[in-house]
Formats: sequence, C-alpha cells, structure tokens
Amino acid sequence: MSAGPEISQAFVVCISAVFTQNILLTYFLGLCPFLGVSREVKTAVGLGLAVVFVLTTTCMLNWLVYKYVLVPLELEFFRFIIFIIVIAAFVQLVEMVIDRYSPFLYQKLGVFLPLITVNCAILGASLFMVIRGYSFIVTIGYGLGSGLGWLLAIIAMAGIRQRLANDRIPEGLQGPGITLIIAGLMALAFMGFSGVLQGR
Amino acid sequence: MKSESKKLIIDGIWHNNPIFRQVLGICSTLAVTNLVLNTAVMCIALVFTLSLSSATVSLLRRFTPRGIRMMVETLIIAFYVIVVDLVLKAYWPEMSTNLGPYVGLIITNCIVMGRCEACGTINPPGPAFLDGLFNALGYTVVLLIIATIRELLGMGTFLGYPMPYFTGPHWDKWIIMVAPPGAFFTLAVVTWVFRSIGLRAEKKDK
Repeated sequence: MSAGPEISQAFVVCISAVFTQNILLTYFLGLCPFLGVSREVKTAVGLGLAVVFVLTTTCMLNWLVYKYVLVPLELEFFRFIIFIIVIAAFVQLVEMVIDRYSPFLYQKLGVFLPLITVNCAILGASLFMVIRGYSFIVTIGYGLGSGLGWLLAIIAMAGIRQRLANDRIPEGLQGPGITLIIAGLMALAFMGFSGVLQGR
Repeated sequence: MKSESKKLIIDGIWHNNPIFRQVLGICSTLAVTNLVLNTAVMCIALVFTLSLSSATVSLLRRFTPRGIRMMVETLIIAFYVIVVDLVLKAYWPEMSTNLGPYVGLIITNCIVMGRCEACGTINPPGPAFLDGLFNALGYTVVLLIIATIRELLGMGTFLGYPMPYFTGPHWDKWIIMVAPPGAFFTLAVVTWVFRSIGLRAEKKDK
C-alpha cells in the first residue's frame, strides 16, 4: 500500500470538509459557541484557531486510541466516554503547557480552551471519522479541514454581525434569531460549493 | 409541592424553554429535524438522558467533590447515552444508522450539562428529575414543530405518509427545507414567533 493515493484522498477530504461538507453549516456541529462567541472578529479568530488546533490533534489521538486500544479490546461501544476523556485531558494539558511556556499564546487562546471541551464539533468530528472508517492520513486531512471550515464560518459570521450591530432589527428577532438567518444564508452559499467538487 | 411541580412544568416548557429562551443544545438535534420520525426518536433519547442524568447527579451531589464534578457529570451523561445507543443498535439498527453520530453527541449537548449543573447539583432528586424531564419536553415540542414544517414543506409528507395538499401537482416541493439551510431558517422563524409572543405577554403584564 503506497501513501500516494491516500495523501491525495486526504487532500480531497480536507477541501470538502472546509467547503461542501462544512461541519458547522452542513452538520450543525459547534453551533452553541458559534451563536455565542461571534460578536467580534477578534474573539472569533482566537476561538477558531483554538478549534483548528484541538480538532486536528484530538482526531488523530482518538484514531490511535480507537484503532489500538478499543478495537482489540472489543470496547467500541465505550468510545463516547473514552473520546470525551481524551479530549478533556488533551485540552487541559495544552492549557497547562501554553500557560507555562507562552504567556502570549495563553492570553490569546487560553480563555477559549475550556470552552472547547464541550464543543460538539470536536467530539462530532471524532465520531464521524470512526463511522466513515478513515485511515490515519485521511483522518489528519479530515480533522484539519473540519477545523478550518469552522474557523472560516465563524470569522465570516463575526464580520457580518459586526456590521449588523447598529442596524434596527425587530425585537423578537434580535440575538439568536438574526444569527440563525445569517447562518442559513451562509449555508445556502456553501451549498453552491458542492458543484465545484462534483464537477471535477 | 404540587404548585412547585406546576411551576417547574411551565418554566421548562415556556418561560425557560431551552431552545428559544436559552438557545442551548441545538447542535446535535437540528441535524435530524428533516424527518419527524428521526426527530421523535432523538427527542425520546434526550428526554431519557436528561431526566435520568439530572436525577443521578442530584443523588450523588453530596458525594461528589466540587473540583471534579464536571467530569463526574459527563461520565453520568455518557453512561445513559451509551445505554440509549446500545438499545437503538440492538432493536432498531436502521434508525441507529440514520441518526449516525448524533446520538453520541447528546453527551456534548449543552442543555444536558446545563440542567445537571444548574438544577441537579442543588436540588433533591425528585425536583431535579422533573426539571430535566420538562426541559427536555420543552425542547421536544419545539423540535417537533420544526421537523413537521420541514418535512411537510420539503417532502410533502408527515411521518412518511403523504399529505393531501402537499403532494398534489400544484405544490412544488421546497427541497431547500430538507437541506441544511432550511433547518436554520425554520429555527430562526420559530424562535422569532415564540419570542415575539413572549415579549408581547411581558408588555401586557406591565
């Protein structure tokens, strides 16, 4: 088995995870922080970057744990708990490490890290990767693509919401309502990308 | 006690409705609202998980050290979710495949954790159970409304049965309603309507 076709498959999976199968706009994962933390572009970028990093690494870790611990022991049904523990432990570890070595990074990303443990996108990506039976290299592409897709969506949303800040919106529609409508329009726009990959 | 439970019921379903008041926990369930049947199964799973894990958290509240209570809560929730997942896989494999990873994602559903944390850690098991139950039911009602709208407009069916007007030749199916954007739009409109009703009632009180 050569690595060539796998790498190109990983690349395709990565691109499609960013655009056509965006984890947020197609699978509705990670909506809570998306609605809550998208008021300003600056915080959105911080959270988004933290998600990219954690999502990619936990996907890889969970793949290894699943393949080499859970499958041999026939404990696949246990994966929910194990995945959550891996994610929580990893996030805690990263927080401690950057707190110790990089105060700058800690200031930028530190506050978002605890939020990430309960971000459904992280657990969701790990579960999708198991269901779809990706290989390790493809998993890296998938994790990275999903994270980048989430980052793209939240930055776009924050940019739009900043512009909306001074507009008059009906009282009942303020806050989550208008955000969901924007998300719907964005999902509509992202659906247009599906033609790009199929057309090849 | 009776009036207290009544208050819990009204709070869970209307005043504090998880979806259009708190906007929590929509992630894992919005995805399955394109069919009413899927939504119903998902909501039953959520009612089961939320009420029982809230009660369990409350039972264990004296023995749980404060520092690790989040971890304990997660493990309790995960336990019930695994039960649901295994039961579905054993007795209804097709539904299990349809729902895919979303059953497992109940673990990270913010509303479950939120209710356990807000109500389970301070109240005795009885009220905690009721609080969980009615919050989950409030959630179910809204999701069933959304699912009904989406399935009806998008496919012209309800629970898989064709509806008279919506499958006729003069009705163009709104495919967009079963696609992801439809979920966002429907949820936005439902939130809008319910919030406006709530706001109007509040103004009248004053």
